[in-house]
Parts: sequence; structure tokens; C-alpha cells
Amino acid sequence: MQTVIGQTNPVAIFFFLLFVAVTLAITYWAAKRTRTTKEFYAAGRNITGFQNGLALAGDYMSAASFLGIAGLVSTKGYDGLIYSVGWLVGWPIIMFLIAEPLRNLGKYTFADVVAYRLSQRPIRSAAALGSIITVLTYLTAQMVGAGTLVKLMFGLPYEVAVVIVGCLMIAYVLFGGMLATTWVQIIKAVLLLGGATLLVILTLAQFGFSYGELFNQAAQKYGDKFLEPGGLVTNPVDAFSLGLALMFGTAGLPHILMRFYTVPNAKEARKSVFYATGFIGYFYILTFTIGFGAAILVGQDIIKGIDKGGNMAAPLLAEVLGGNIFLGFLAAVAFATILAVVAGLTLAGASALSHDLYVGVIRKGVSAEKEEVKVAKIATLILGVTAIFLGIIFKGQNVAFMVGLAFAVAASANFPALFMSIVWKRFTTKGAVASIITGLVLATVLIILSPTVWVDVFKNPAPVFPLKNPGLISMAAAFIVGIIVSLATRETQAEAKFEEEKLRTYVGIGAE
Amino acid sequence: MTKKSAHEILEDEEFKALAQQKNLISLILTILELVIYFGFISLIAFNKPFLASKLSGSMTVGIPIGIGVIVFSWILTGIYVNWANKKYDRMVENVKNKIGG
Repeated sequence: MQTVIGQTNPVAIFFFLLFVAVTLAITYWAAKRTRTTKEFYAAGRNITGFQNGLALAGDYMSAASFLGIAGLVSTKGYDGLIYSVGWLVGWPIIMFLIAEPLRNLGKYTFADVVAYRLSQRPIRSAAALGSIITVLTYLTAQMVGAGTLVKLMFGLPYEVAVVIVGCLMIAYVLFGGMLATTWVQIIKAVLLLGGATLLVILTLAQFGFSYGELFNQAAQKYGDKFLEPGGLVTNPVDAFSLGLALMFGTAGLPHILMRFYTVPNAKEARKSVFYATGFIGYFYILTFTIGFGAAILVGQDIIKGIDKGGNMAAPLLAEVLGGNIFLGFLAAVAFATILAVVAGLTLAGASALSHDLYVGVIRKGVSAEKEEVKVAKIATLILGVTAIFLGIIFKGQNVAFMVGLAFAVAASANFPALFMSIVWKRFTTKGAVASIITGLVLATVLIILSPTVWVDVFKNPAPVFPLKNPGLISMAAAFIVGIIVSLATRETQAEAKFEEEKLRTYVGIGAE
Repeated sequence: MTKKSAHEILEDEEFKALAQQKNLISLILTILELVIYFGFISLIAFNKPFLASKLSGSMTVGIPIGIGVIVFSWILTGIYVNWANKKYDRMVENVKNKIGG
């Protein structure tokens, strides 16, 4: 088949410019409503549960999950489904354990909750470190992915793509704060869900709208093995470890947690998780179908010929079924997807720098509104420029491990401390700091020694640490260390404040 | 009505019932989600032939089970929201009224 992928595509550029124009107009509108910290970090807490559900889905459905999972399904079949299931199962955990207490106790960042009863400065330093490492690793993976994808789809040079993405995300966050970022997410989520739905309808139309027929033809072309679990889960301990990191990492991602402060109360927070889970689950079912469609209608040889990882499966399928126009539309949607995700990450990272580190640690919690907004904007610039820089220095590197690292750190450094601070009266400052540092260091060191980095990136013959993702060990260690150190220390002040915290956790009295 | 201290409210039977019910529901649903997901992973790890067995045509048992994990996870969040909107919010209101806030 003939494809225009890799060439400058006028249709894609038209749709992309349209998206940029609309989102910049929104940013201009939002800029006038972004003067206070509450507006900059939390969109004035005026977002509804449904809107936040879409925005959460927008934050979570990255280009990597759209193009990557469709590609994985098209090349590996059923294993792609196993992989995508892992990305969804953290959402119920957010709902049952985190969303409402987080909304009731905090103000702008998850560190607000951990520091609720404990000593502000040590907790905020440690928690900000956990947030920033999570954000930077995730952001690097997104930037490198952005450069590569844009190069593949628009024919733009890698560096140019990274700089364009970086400048746009800085513009959204710097001028429009959380309000602009939220609407960018919502528009992106609607476009992505709409585009993927259309692609699935066009695909199923080729099979008489019968999944049975789709699966039959896939089995005919690639054998029964294509519809069976293959080599993805060979070592159960490995699979458990990755599963834990994905599940509890989702519940420790700073840019996801931050979104719960944009809704007015805990009730809307819980509703937003329900909508988000529905949208994301639906999206993974769509990508599964798209992967099968691409395997049959495009063929694995062509997909792998253009990109070994299979990332172009969905755009190729769009080209086969809807020609250049649909391909252009989908390429623009993928670009928009990257932009929205990096904007959300940048805002979360900037909040950790300004709200937690600058105000919480350097200014000891005392700072004027205007000053904090200004610092948050400077932090946005610093983070945005860092992201562009990281995107460029990691060009051509295998950064697949960075997303795994982000989830491992989120599950090990952020989640245990957050969870224990909500439920456990005897949790102490020293316990929390020890838990965060243990999770952070262990997750990072072990992933470097694991097959994902030690073998795949550094090309050593054998890994030092056997598991591909250290989640099981690093998360367990963070909990154990947090508990032991807390029991060994005593913080009567924190214990005295627990009753007030508990009341606020359950009833929401005093929630901001 | 005089304003009650946090301690007094926490000792209140109604608050205790509210906290207990919420903890129980959260715990049950969390355990269900863990069982569903890690059950699925265990099936893949230990019983691939079951997932590979044919359901109808070329469709394997594994496909509806995999999709089922996604759908069921969403249903669990729906169960929680439904419970919280109908029961929990009312209990919260009652406790708030008692406080006089």
C-alpha cells in the first residue's frame, strides 16, 4: 500500500493549526480568569464532575497509550489487551481510597494532605521531590515520543517538533493556568474519543459490524495464537510487580491528583472518577478493536515496516479507511493529545515547585497571593524549558523505561505516604519522610539495575535485579519503612490533630 | 445548638456508623478490584490454555474476560458512586446538622 505518512501533510497541518487556534483563544479567555492561586492551580474550583472526568481521561490517555496500545495489539494480538487492562485498574483504587479524602483535606497538591498534621518543611521537601521526579520522567518520555511521532506524521524535524510542543504547553499553563489546561484536556479527550470511535465504526463496517468476523479473519491471517495470551506474562512475580506499580502508581500521579482540587467538593470529585474510568475503559476497548482492524486491513508487515514498535498502526488504518483527510485528522488529534498531556504534567510540576517548595519550604508557608502566582509562573517557565531540553538530549534514546519509572516512583514514594497520612493516627513526620525517600531511591535504583534499563538500555548481558518493574519491592519497602520509623518515633502534636483530620476526611468540614 | 468539639463528634454513634460503613464499602470494593485484576494476571500466568480455549468461532475465552475486567472495574466505581450519592451524603448531612454547621 502507498502511504503519505512521514511526508508533510497539509490536512494534518490544517487540523492541527485549527486546534492550536482554538486552544490559544481559550487560553486568552482563561488568562483573564487566572489571577489568584485558587484560579491558577485549581481553575477556581468551578469545574463540574463530568468536565473533570473528561479532563482526567484527557490527562491519562496519552499518545503513547493511543498509538502504542493500538500498535501493540496489531503486532502482538491478545497481549496488547492484557497490557491495556493494567492501565485502567488504578482508577477504582483512586475512587475507593484517595479521591474524597484528598479533596476534603488538601488545597492544591497532594503534599497538602501529607503535610496536614505533620511538619510542613520536611514533608513538603520530600513530597515535592517525589512529585518532581514523577513529573520529569513522565514528561521526558512524552517529549521524546512527541518529537518522534510528529516527525513520523508531519515530516517535521525532531527538534522543531519538541520546541513547538514545549512552547505551546508553556503558553497554555503560563497564561491560562489550570482553567486553560482543563479545557485543553476536555477538547483533546472529546477529539480523541470521537476520532477513535469513528475509526472503530469504519473498521467494523468492513466486517459486517461483527466482532466474531473480525476475530475470525484475524485468526485466519495470523493463526489462533493471535487471540491467545502469548509471551507478555511469563514470570508471574514480574507481572504482579508491574501490576502493582500501574495500579497504585495511577493513584500517586501528581497531575492526576491535582485535578481533584478543580471541582467544588468531594461529591463532584467522586463523580469525576466514575466518568473518567468509563471514558478510559471505553477508549481501551476502542484501541483493542483498532489494533485488530489494523492487523487485518493494513497488515503487520506494513505497520512494522514504517515503525518497528507498531506506533503507526492506528494512523495507517485511518488512511486505509478514510484516506488522507482522516489520516490528517487523526495525526492532528495525536499531536493535540501530546500537547494536553505535557501541559497537565507541567502544571503539576510547577505547583510542586511553587506551592510546596517555594511557599511551603522556603517561605515557611507565608506568601502573598500575587507573589505565589508569580512564582508559579516562573516555575512553569523553568519546567517547560527543562522539558524541551530533556526532550532534545534524550533524542533517539530508548525512553520506554521512563514511564515505568514514573509509575514506580508514584506508587512507592507518593502513594504510601499519602495513604498512611490519611488513615493512620500514629504516622509521623520522620516516618513519612523515610517512606518517601525509601520509595523514591529504591524505585529509581532498582529500575536502573532491572532488565528494562540494565539490559535494554545499557546493553549488559544480565540484569542485577530480576524484575522489570520494581513496584512490588519498592512499594512494600516504602510502607514497611514508613510504619517502622513512625512506631519508633512519636509526634503527639500530629496525633492530637488526627481527630480534626478524620472529621474533615469523612464529612468535609473546613474543606477548601 | 452549641458547637461540638471534633472529639465529641467522633464519639457520636452516627459518625461512627458513617465512618465504619464508608471504610467497609471502600475495603470490600478495593479487595474486589485487586482480586479481579490479579486474578486475571494469575489466569494468564498459570492457566493460559483456559484463556486460549475457543468460545465461538475464533473468539477465545480470554477476550471477554479481558474486556470484562475493564467493564467490571467501571461497574465497581459506579456501585461506589451510587452508594455514596444515595446513602453516604445523607449520613454526612445528618452529622453536619448535629454539629450545627
